[in-house]
Amino acid sequence: MTAVYTGLALIMFAFTYPSRAVGLLAPGIDRLPKSALDYLQLVGPAILSALAAVNVMIAVEDGHSVFTVGLPWLSVLACIAFVAWRRNLFIGLAAAVLIAIVGRGLGLG
Amino acid sequence: MADGGLPAAGVPTVRSARRRLAFDGIGIMVSGVGFGFVYGLTARTDAGFSPIDVMAMSVFVFAGAAQFAAIGYVAAGVPWPVIGILTGLLNARHVLYSAALGPWFRGRSFGERAVAAQVLTDEVFALSLSHFRRLGRFDAFGYWFAGIVIDFIPWFLGTLSGALLGDAIVDPERLGLDVIFAAAMAGLAVGLITSRRELVAAVVGAVVGVAVSLVVSPTLGIIAGGFVGPAAGLLVPAASTQDRAPSRNEAPPDRYLMSRTHKETPPEAEEAP
Repeated sequence: MTAVYTGLALIMFAFTYPSRAVGLLAPGIDRLPKSALDYLQLVGPAILSALAAVNVMIAVEDGHSVFTVGLPWLSVLACIAFVAWRRNLFIGLAAAVLIAIVGRGLGLG
Repeated sequence: MADGGLPAAGVPTVRSARRRLAFDGIGIMVSGVGFGFVYGLTARTDAGFSPIDVMAMSVFVFAGAAQFAAIGYVAAGVPWPVIGILTGLLNARHVLYSAALGPWFRGRSFGERAVAAQVLTDEVFALSLSHFRRLGRFDAFGYWFAGIVIDFIPWFLGTLSGALLGDAIVDPERLGLDVIFAAAMAGLAVGLITSRRELVAAVVGAVVGVAVSLVVSPTLGIIAGGFVGPAAGLLVPAASTQDRAPSRNEAPPDRYLMSRTHKETPPEAEEAP
């Protein structure tokens, strides 16, 4: 059993722990400029949606990025709809997987 | 003492507040095991993480969205130092959580605060701040119960189970597992959107991510989306105080709930005797 990515986990820890600890260990961090706090608040939705969009819309063929349309779009849209409706990610993921299985069973992609 | 364990002043007893905390945490525990299982499975099948890697991620990083995102970074060939920076940005919201909880930890030892920081997640923030507000004071047992029993243990066991089972799956696409990553990222993003600013940040992040991916590379596309999206969101005027980041312990706990957490009852409603 390998541990190739354990080093990556430690790097990610080094970049995550400070933001968790700073407010508990150094009170006053909440006095950062309002615009900085606002920016930090918006990073989550932006980077997660970028990851989802690139993962589902971009394929790399012969070293070139190409725009793709396929069944995963439907799965992701279903997940978005369920999370927006039920506020439950697990149900959304279940719907996404179900659509992928059924769609492929029907030969859709 | 009024009925339901509430004293006449409307402040619940420690026992009833802890019972409420445990009850509120049941959904999170179930969700943690399930979501953790999916993460472990995806990390194994999509990025080739070993069970040791998955365990290390869950112990050292212990942040669902960042752990999921790392699968995509690794699959896209993003260099590790850049993954570190992106992870730092993605988890930067924890600055707001720790700033909001800081005053409640006043007087606790440095060591306790340092360890408490490691289990500070979206869920633990929401649960513990609600718990402290209910009680009107800090409760160390409540914080550790939320952090370890409700959040960490179910997540760790779920991720480990997924990683161990992932080895046995030979055709992830046939089982629809290949769509989980993108769906999880999109779902997590939706769970963070509570205002027009966040919606604009998410949409611009996605559009910029795809555009830069087509012109340059997916790696740079993800990075560009993560940087440009929030800047675009800031251009949207804040319609209310809900659209602005809180400061000086003004953070309402449900403001930061992610999609795998429950919805908290507003403190004023739950504290009514």
